[in-house]
Amino acid sequence: MRRFVLPGLVVCAAAALLALLVFGVARQSTDTSIDVAVAKGRRPATPDASMALPILGAAGKESLTDLRGKVVVLNVFASWCDPCKAEAPVLEQAQRQIQRRNATILGVTYLDNSSDSEQFVRQQHITYPVVRDVSGNFVRAFGTTGVPETFVIDRRGRIAALRRYQLNSQWLQQTLPKLLAERS
Amino acid sequence: MRRPLPFPTAALATVAAVIAAALLAPALAGAATPRASLTDIENDVICVSCHEPLALAQSPQAESERAFIRMLIAQGQTKAQIEQALVAQYGLAVLGRPPAHGFNLTVYILPPALVIAGLALLAFTLPKWRRRARAAAATPLPAGPRLDAADARRLDDDLRRHG
Repeated sequence: MRRFVLPGLVVCAAAALLALLVFGVARQSTDTSIDVAVAKGRRPATPDASMALPILGAAGKESLTDLRGKVVVLNVFASWCDPCKAEAPVLEQAQRQIQRRNATILGVTYLDNSSDSEQFVRQQHITYPVVRDVSGNFVRAFGTTGVPETFVIDRRGRIAALRRYQLNSQWLQQTLPKLLAERS
Repeated sequence: MRRPLPFPTAALATVAAVIAAALLAPALAGAATPRASLTDIENDVICVSCHEPLALAQSPQAESERAFIRMLIAQGQTKAQIEQALVAQYGLAVLGRPPAHGFNLTVYILPPALVIAGLALLAFTLPKWRRRARAAAATPLPAGPRLDAADARRLDDDLRRHG
């Protein structure tokens, strides 16, 4: 019996190491549950809606809960990203159209430093609110791995549509009217 | 009693001391807090969008990160201050070495723990193996079967031929 103790311990240690490796790799994998749910026509709740993020270039914080009742077009961007530059005028134009209808674009800078983000906002004449996700925890909960990505959130705080790459005005025109017509 | 220096000599000595102090001060300050270099920092931080060391990364985000570091170096910040500023802008993920808490602790605990466990295992098993080897060496080998006369002759012939 005693001769099995040492090999047993070694096997247990190897199994524990393997489990740790599997756990670590699983934590790194991208969550696609939102994409799957939206593709099936469901509207999953926004993750981390109450997480308050610092407002770019100003004091204070803002969370999605603060915007409950509004249609929110959540746009994840970074100043160094060319597709983000290309879509910024489209989003700014949309903001002018939708803000009268209790809706807003909300920019979230990710993987970017604040001075570059502020310069981007000035250069692109962005008037919609922009918050910073320094840790990346907020956008990662949306399954975000890069920029730009856009999520359209209905008045009840649920994700109704998403785009994992550069958007265009046609996509916004197809997505927004129905949601703007909905009541909270 | 010391004689006071004549006025021009004293003035010259004072000017020389001031110039020497002015020349040495930056060098001494530099020795106290070494100036940060982009190469040094690049090796210790990560490109947060491509998840590889900044020194190797060539993405637009890496270029932006480098420009930010260059700006801080130009401002005269130390390496520690620059790393702190990078964490404030990009989060902890920007550091090459993860902070020692949560799941990241395994990075710091596991390797030394494995080394200690390995050494303990060797310390436990090696004396056992050596004892077993010594005991085996002390035990005389059992004598083989006796050779018959024909085999003994053939063995002698072979030994003579090849010996």
